[in-house]
Amino acid sequence: MPLPVAGRNTVYGAALNYHSTLESLGGALSSKPYWAPPMAPVLYIKPPNTWIRDGDPIPLPADIAAVQAGVTLAAVIGRDMFRIKPESALSHVEGFTVVNDVTVPHSDYFRPEIQNRCRDGFCPIGSQLVGPREIKALDALELRVWVNAQLVCLESTRGLVRSVATLLSDVSELFTLAAGDIVLIGSAPSAPLVRAGDRVAVEIEGLARVENPVVAEPDGRRSS
Amino acid sequence: MKRGRVVYQGRLHEAVPDAVGLRLDDGRMLREMDVTWLPPIEPRTVFAVGLNYADHAEELALKPKSEPLLFLKGMRSIAGHRTSTERPADAAFMHYECELAVVIGRTARHVKATDALTHVAGYTVANDYAVRDYLENYYRPNLRAKSRDGATLLGPWLIDADEVGDPQALELRTLVNGRVTQRGNTRDMIHGVARLIEYLSAFMTVTRGDVILTGTPAGVVNVEAGDEVITEIDGIGRLTNFLVAGRGNARG
Repeated sequence: MPLPVAGRNTVYGAALNYHSTLESLGGALSSKPYWAPPMAPVLYIKPPNTWIRDGDPIPLPADIAAVQAGVTLAAVIGRDMFRIKPESALSHVEGFTVVNDVTVPHSDYFRPEIQNRCRDGFCPIGSQLVGPREIKALDALELRVWVNAQLVCLESTRGLVRSVATLLSDVSELFTLAAGDIVLIGSAPSAPLVRAGDRVAVEIEGLARVENPVVAEPDGRRSS
Repeated sequence: MKRGRVVYQGRLHEAVPDAVGLRLDDGRMLREMDVTWLPPIEPRTVFAVGLNYADHAEELALKPKSEPLLFLKGMRSIAGHRTSTERPADAAFMHYECELAVVIGRTARHVKATDALTHVAGYTVANDYAVRDYLENYYRPNLRAKSRDGATLLGPWLIDADEVGDPQALELRTLVNGRVTQRGNTRDMIHGVARLIEYLSAFMTVTRGDVILTGTPAGVVNVEAGDEVITEIDGIGRLTNFLVAGRGNARG
């Protein structure tokens, strides 16, 4: 599968889409600055500068000690969908792959956080694409993160708040998901930290895997 | 020079302004309403800045931050001059935002503010609609309020940076059905164009075709289906949009 087309496609991510993430925030969601738990899907964008392929280096920013590697199921939209019911949502999906949703660790969901989510190379996208009909149980897939060939994170799409079909339907209620767009269904909780020199792989059992080295970003602040 | 992109009789053309309206790259002269307008450039990443004029922040009873409040747009949100935008029927407060849009001309990474403007290809006008009823306090301003289909307008023209000179000395205004409802000057930005490029390029690569919407001054008022909204910046252009009735969000 090629990368999405910059200028035409958008990669959206859904935050707070695991029950355990929501539970860990608990009462905080009803206090300042949120005041109420979220109603619509909590969405962010991974722009084209973040998109990389299997094997490409993830630059570790010079001002950051470690970043989190979040494994997520990713739906690649096959045809435009706007206000599509959950029962029809999967017929608009071309296929699924895996994405490593890299972030600078942060605990705030109030502002868009592009400084923590949108740095160069922060969205390694798997190259395998598996059609929705080839997957038996979308909502019971095992997600894994490996750091230097050690399994450090094991999660399952069973823990999702909105299932794949519900999430895509709910997003399509707000705006059009276009053919070629990607929706990150939800970054698994307990995302491990990775540092310069590590090799990080995220995979979904029997579906897709993307592996990337983490490399220290040259400190460009002096050059420019 | 000023350049636009339009579709006429099934073909994409470059166009320039002309006394009657516009002149296509094949020489034909047309009126503005004869063509379908696209954004004057093919935007790549579209950034927007919130609360970047002190008077607008005050209007919303919000404190501007020392760092720019940046958010991103989905590509389906972007549309051109003279297009129609849906106004959700269940919203009590949807407003326009007249903004100077900066179009990046060459890659910027770790750029200092003093050099930042050399990375600008040119400028255009933006109207960055918000549906305030749909704001939630998660990744605020959230996409539901700020990235709706065809609710981020760009155009009509891209004007070269060297013809604009100082981007911090431009009068901007919005007219709703011909009446001026918003006025401001880019000199009152909290974070100017050069600072925004410095800020962004300090942590990510900013690329040719990226667009930065630089925020709006005070004077945002509710608009209704049927309204004609013109956002205008002196020397840059006059961007027209029409509001049409749309259904609200049943769920979510």
